[in-house]
Amino acid sequence: MSEPAPTRASPWLLWLPLLAFAAFLALVAYGLRNPAPREVRSALIGKPVPEFNLPPALDGQPGLARADLADGKVKLVNIFASWCVPCAVEAPQLAALKAAGVNLVGVAIRDKPADLKIFLDRNGNPFSRIAADNVSAIQFQLGSSGVPESFVVDGRGVIRYQHIGEIRADQVPLILAEIERAAR
Amino acid sequence: MIANLGLAALWFAAALAALQLLAGGMSLNKGGQALTGLVRPVAMVQGALVAVAFLVLLYLFSVTDLSVLLVAKNSHSAKPLIYKLSGAWGNHEGSMLLWVTVMGLAGAFLAMVERRLPERTMLATLAAQAFVSLGFYAFLLFASNPFTRLNPVPLDGLGLNPTLQDPGLAFHPPTLYIGYVGLSIAFSFAVGAMLTREVGPAFAKAMRPWVLGAWVFLTAGIVAGSYWAYYELGWGGWWFWDPVENASLMPWLAATALLHSVSVLASRNALRTWTIMLGVVAFSMSMLGTFLVRSGILTSVHAFAVDPTRGAFILILLAIYIGGALALFGLRAATISEGERFSVTSREGALVVNNVLLSATLGIVLMGTLYPLLAETLGAKVSVGPPYFNPMSAVFVLPMLVVLAVGPLLRWRRDDFVRVRKLLILPLAVTLGVGVMALISGMKLLPLLGMALAFGLALASLLPLKGRRLRTLRLPLIGMVLAHFGVAVALFGMAADAAFTTERLVAANPGDTVEVGPWQVKLEQVVPVAGPNWTALEATVQARYQGGKQIELHPQARSFWSPPQGTSESALSTRWNGQLYVVLGEVAEDGRWQLRLWWKPFVTLIWYGGLLIALGGLLAMLGHLSSDLRRIVAQDKIAYRRMKQGR
Repeated sequence: MSEPAPTRASPWLLWLPLLAFAAFLALVAYGLRNPAPREVRSALIGKPVPEFNLPPALDGQPGLARADLADGKVKLVNIFASWCVPCAVEAPQLAALKAAGVNLVGVAIRDKPADLKIFLDRNGNPFSRIAADNVSAIQFQLGSSGVPESFVVDGRGVIRYQHIGEIRADQVPLILAEIERAAR
Repeated sequence: MIANLGLAALWFAAALAALQLLAGGMSLNKGGQALTGLVRPVAMVQGALVAVAFLVLLYLFSVTDLSVLLVAKNSHSAKPLIYKLSGAWGNHEGSMLLWVTVMGLAGAFLAMVERRLPERTMLATLAAQAFVSLGFYAFLLFASNPFTRLNPVPLDGLGLNPTLQDPGLAFHPPTLYIGYVGLSIAFSFAVGAMLTREVGPAFAKAMRPWVLGAWVFLTAGIVAGSYWAYYELGWGGWWFWDPVENASLMPWLAATALLHSVSVLASRNALRTWTIMLGVVAFSMSMLGTFLVRSGILTSVHAFAVDPTRGAFILILLAIYIGGALALFGLRAATISEGERFSVTSREGALVVNNVLLSATLGIVLMGTLYPLLAETLGAKVSVGPPYFNPMSAVFVLPMLVVLAVGPLLRWRRDDFVRVRKLLILPLAVTLGVGVMALISGMKLLPLLGMALAFGLALASLLPLKGRRLRTLRLPLIGMVLAHFGVAVALFGMAADAAFTTERLVAANPGDTVEVGPWQVKLEQVVPVAGPNWTALEATVQARYQGGKQIELHPQARSFWSPPQGTSESALSTRWNGQLYVVLGEVAEDGRWQLRLWWKPFVTLIWYGGLLIALGGLLAMLGHLSSDLRRIVAQDKIAYRRMKQGR
């Protein structure tokens, strides 16, 4: 092997790193001005539930439409799914709310009747009616980001409160208080 | 009251950093010689003051002083003390304070002990260091003050982010930070040397312990982070090419290259400009990593303290430091005199090839990480994953492993392959043998290559010890052998995991037994359980290895409620030859439970190998430090004797 010829980088090559860095800065500065959205918050609190009409989730039961929510009684609309683990964890709290006299309405998201039946057999069915939302339509309309989520809707069909995530045992009184407030 | 003391200490430290920058910078010119004596003491006092500020923050967290906003937001009086303390740096402001504290202490230490560099270079280095610190002080004081007060005082705090309440994660970020800060010192050295154009062995020797130390911490941090992701995310993988993971990998790749080139500079006075460039790049990558993680500019599984305005601040710092250093490089690199020459077949030659390959890998990872951002700018949403990263990085990593086996056997300056040919026959035969065996057993290409190279490399990595007496071995050599052997061990773990893992996804009723590899796993029951800030479904699973003793495992599907977030807590059973990994999934169609089971032979070797690599670096660092110390002591003795004789 021979000694390599003396190599000296030509001067403009030494500025290449700075150039690459400048390009990176431009790219990132642009990206920083357009941050990606992270969390969806319902902007609908205090507003009426949008128009919708959903088929029943289980055969032989009534479906759910906007008119059903504006029948003069406060309701807790629970968005859930049989494939959602926290929903199963939430079940005892929903049962407690039903025992306290709350009118619960369920919306099953992207679910199958057979799965739903097993879920309800295992965890109990606190709902007066369950609608099937197979394209997450109502979810988008209500501005909810995931399951489970619960909405307190007053007798005029106006959304009064949104609860993100499952309702925990220590939050049952909070939900009851919100329902009472909505009934006033 | 105490909080105000911390804030005052922080302001004074910032003022001293400004003074250190001015005095250091001016003393480089002819007119500023009078200030020369000021720089070192100022650096020491600055370090002490910022340490006071950090201790104050630790104190505030330990007593849960809720009049401080940061404490109220991130702590809770009912938390165990260890998480109260880790809460001090488990948030944006506190972690930035930790960053400047480590930086200040490192600067103080540097000012105290480093005497072998020409004083001008040393002053320039300390000035550069103060310049970097000053940016972070400004960031702290103007955009993320950790001592902001809260009025009225709340009754209790909000608690720490639940995913951070994990012993591993309490120490994972600070470990990486110390690594990043170590690289900032290397950066300051590089800038200092560029300013005075004094790049040589003394400079490399002064820089080397910092690079080694930073590299050890980065390695340990990455190993810990990888294991955390492995058991916490419940996907059974150990590396996801997630932007945050890449953010820690990129400085590591640069630091690895720097580590090797600084060694060449220290012992052979070659690769001068290359070392300088890598010094700048390594710190750039750590700043870039911090920026990517903090700004939330890329979507990641572990977004932490995300805030675009802070991102903008870090970006400005990045632009000033890195842009400035690269401009200085453009101006000065051509005037730094060329180092020693060497032949292509020599230790230096092998190290250069490896450095180029490491840099290329770094480029691949950087491109893959930033590409989604570029695509988004052009209006498309893409996500770059393993199908890009795995083959692309393998293209460079596999030849690198070959060079890694051969390089340490070559002599410095000039050598002949004929000489080392004999030595390499055995490793080569082993590589081919394992390769053929793997081929017959029908392994896929990448695991096959990895497996074959792992065995050959393990043997080759031990060869530098051949013919040496154990008593006379120097620590840096042992460290190198150990680190290279660790690479082989980790590689074997990766290849074994990729090739031999058996996975089963089953729907099971309680009472069902499932077989996965040599394990029989029985699902006993699934019950809901509640923790302090989460609820979960917990399965009880009985596992037997080849009909042996019964082991009970408890995988969970856990959901946190503030913020609402689902995690799966996998359950692991570790044996010497692998791990059983159980994840509880969702309810299947007919009401049975989904269970995901993996038998992963030798997977733990990935992390043990990583730890061996870190240990190797630690030994090398200790070796260099102890010989430095011996030299300092000897010099002091000579100086003392001269002083006595003169009297």
